[in-house]
Amino acid sequence: MSSFRFIATPIDGSELRAELLDPHCGGFTCFEGWVRNHNEGQEVRHLEYEAFEALGVREGERIVAEACQRFGVTQALCVHRVGDLQLGDIAVWVGVAAAHRDEAFKACRFIIDEVKHRVPIWKKEHYVSGDSGWVNCERCATHAHDHDHHSHA
Amino acid sequence: MTAPLHGLVLAGGRSTRMGRDKAALEYGGQSQLQRAFALLQPLVTRSFVSVRAEQRDDPLRQAFPQIADAAPGVEGPAAGILSALQAFPQAAWLVVACDLPFLDASTLQFLIARRDPARLATAYRSSRDGLPEPLCAIYEPAAASALQAFLDGGRNCPRKFLLQSAVLLLEPRAEALDNVNTPDELDAARSRLGAALAVAPRALNVQYFALLREQAGRREEAVTSAAATPRELFAELAARHAFTLAPEHLKVAVNSEFAEWSRPLQAGDQVVFIPPVAGG
Repeated sequence: MSSFRFIATPIDGSELRAELLDPHCGGFTCFEGWVRNHNEGQEVRHLEYEAFEALGVREGERIVAEACQRFGVTQALCVHRVGDLQLGDIAVWVGVAAAHRDEAFKACRFIIDEVKHRVPIWKKEHYVSGDSGWVNCERCATHAHDHDHHSHA
Repeated sequence: MTAPLHGLVLAGGRSTRMGRDKAALEYGGQSQLQRAFALLQPLVTRSFVSVRAEQRDDPLRQAFPQIADAAPGVEGPAAGILSALQAFPQAAWLVVACDLPFLDASTLQFLIARRDPARLATAYRSSRDGLPEPLCAIYEPAAASALQAFLDGGRNCPRKFLLQSAVLLLEPRAEALDNVNTPDELDAARSRLGAALAVAPRALNVQYFALLREQAGRREEAVTSAAATPRELFAELAARHAFTLAPEHLKVAVNSEFAEWSRPLQAGDQVVFIPPVAGG
């Protein structure tokens, strides 16, 4: 199975964790990104994720491979939801199994940070107010004629 | 006996005034280096690219047979020319700079036809100042020791080397030898070459995501376009769909892999413009 996947149904963390079980490993860390009820001062009702999956899987797999090499971890996996999500749903799941805790923590942090910056996934927030917007895009569009470098963070 | 003629494209420059690698600059989707090499190759027995030692493995240059600068402590075109003369002491060299976008085969053929192997070099006069043009010239094997002595004397300007040597100078060739050193000159050269390099319209496929999908009103679009690069294609589509995102906020992918905005597009390419991402 690929080390980076998109999934259109709810993420089951215990199932994914089971894929990483390995007798060589003494530690496992996991990060779950959840859909929260507010962002930048707006109350969020629900949201949708959209991905360019062909490139997203390639880039995601590269990130996981980089993490394994850089931190010497044994197993790592990242799964990202696409489609409509409700408050409290898991949007992204990262799990890392390693011989020791230190590299597991570092690799987990590296993977989620890089995924947020590099993988072509977009988030549209639907607000309680009835508005909606593509996160990080609307601001660029408003300031499309500025020449500040946008961080894509 | 006349020495066999090899070809050398000079691509070891530091491109200081341009601010980016001149060899990689593109006209009509082809890098200057590729273009100069292709021009030279059919006219000579063997052809090479002149590089500094640390440029050997750069992705653009590694595809070509290379001669790396061998003269310690000497830089610039004279070092490249001397290294070639020393690497193949029996050969004469047709040397061209990589930054001559107007150079054409007839200019090189004329130079070869007028070549005088009894002199150290055969070169054109500049159309601007009448001085020798050292970077579109033929250097005979005997030039090696003279050039070595010139460099040993602490000088390295190849034009001055030709001025003080027994060379044959040919009348100027209009603007064929104009070089391009700055971003302004690059823009001017591209517009002069525009008509000659125009790409015929061909079928491309564009996929849209997120904000661009909503603004285009579709997920996918078959486009027949003469755009040479993703940059030109985006300008065309932005005008059609009134996109609000500027290219500096986007990345581009061609055939499901990240690509440069200046990459040449080919028929059938699938292009995706990537808005600012927001995973996690």
